[in-house]
Amino acid sequence: MKRYLPFVIVAVVGALTLGAGAMLYRAKRPALLEIPKNSATPDKTASMHVRGQANAAVTLEEFGDFECPPCANLASAYGQIEEGYSAKLRVIFRHFPLPGHPHAQEAALVAEAAGLQGRFWEMHDLLYKEQPIWSKSNEARALFNSYAEMLGLNLERFKTDVDSPEVKERVASDKKRGTDLGVNSTPTIFINDRQVPPPVNVGTIRAAIEAALNPKPSP
Amino acid sequence: MKRKTEKQAAPAGSRARIVLYTIAAIISLAGLADATYLTVAALTGETAVCAGSTGCQEVLGSPYAKIAGIPVAALGVWGYFAAFTFAIFAGFGYARARKFFALTVWAMFAMTLWFLYVQAFVLHAFCRYCLFSAAFVFLMAGLVVASPPPRDSGNEK
Repeated sequence: MKRYLPFVIVAVVGALTLGAGAMLYRAKRPALLEIPKNSATPDKTASMHVRGQANAAVTLEEFGDFECPPCANLASAYGQIEEGYSAKLRVIFRHFPLPGHPHAQEAALVAEAAGLQGRFWEMHDLLYKEQPIWSKSNEARALFNSYAEMLGLNLERFKTDVDSPEVKERVASDKKRGTDLGVNSTPTIFINDRQVPPPVNVGTIRAAIEAALNPKPSP
Repeated sequence: MKRKTEKQAAPAGSRARIVLYTIAAIISLAGLADATYLTVAALTGETAVCAGSTGCQEVLGSPYAKIAGIPVAALGVWGYFAAFTFAIFAGFGYARARKFFALTVWAMFAMTLWFLYVQAFVLHAFCRYCLFSAAFVFLMAGLVVASPPPRDSGNEK
């Protein structure tokens, strides 16, 4: 019996690991969200930032956090995601600053303030590109001001806008929409109102876009 | 008299070997649990998003967290399971298992050094689960160094 004992121990541990892993996977697998048809709230046009044509066949709506590293990875891959779709795809960005990220809310306000001067997407790209720097800085506000200067914004107006109720309301409105939809992580991506199943990456997003462009006929 | 001393030394060496590899097996089980958790997190996409306050996204969501599309944590599962298997067999007196255990641990040690370097100097961020894993590997490496040479242990197979 002792001769077989090590084999038995190893087999039992192997089986337990597989079983525990499978149970954990089932428990952690998130339920996919959907945007209800009647959720076309007025705020949808009030503060959202859109890239692409209004009549595009596919709408990609992202809930993002400027301090979230996976959001930054995704932002740098948007070129690959949008490649080949041009007029067929429009992209909407919505703020969802997470409470665990100390500068995320301020970064969202900064992007909105840049948006008031017509440079939202430029600031969006710059914030993600420079994320490793400002997210670890104790002087994030000074860095944000320098980014505004780099983009050629009117700095005085920018500084006033960052703290304005209008800008705060825009960010809060996006966050409320996300919370109402059940969003609890970033990046959360919806393609034509259906959440892209995780893991969110170029491959899964492009697959979801393809599925939206070429829907399978229902049986 | 000399023969008697040798006979007494053999069971003592055997006991030390059993204790040492039992500890190694327990440590590798802890590492296995850690790596399994991270693998599941990678498969469910949890590591590719920010949620709440886990604080590991910078590391686990980075390109360094995958090798040829395979989550590094999954390789960790294999590594820890191999270490556990060899530790168990070594504890039961299989001489060859000791060599394989040492080889596995040193391979994991080398990978751990690389990942610590990446976290410290490339990503400038640390993930506590990865640090737990590094601690487990260092402990196992310590056990390999501390393990008695084969001639000291009895009942080898």
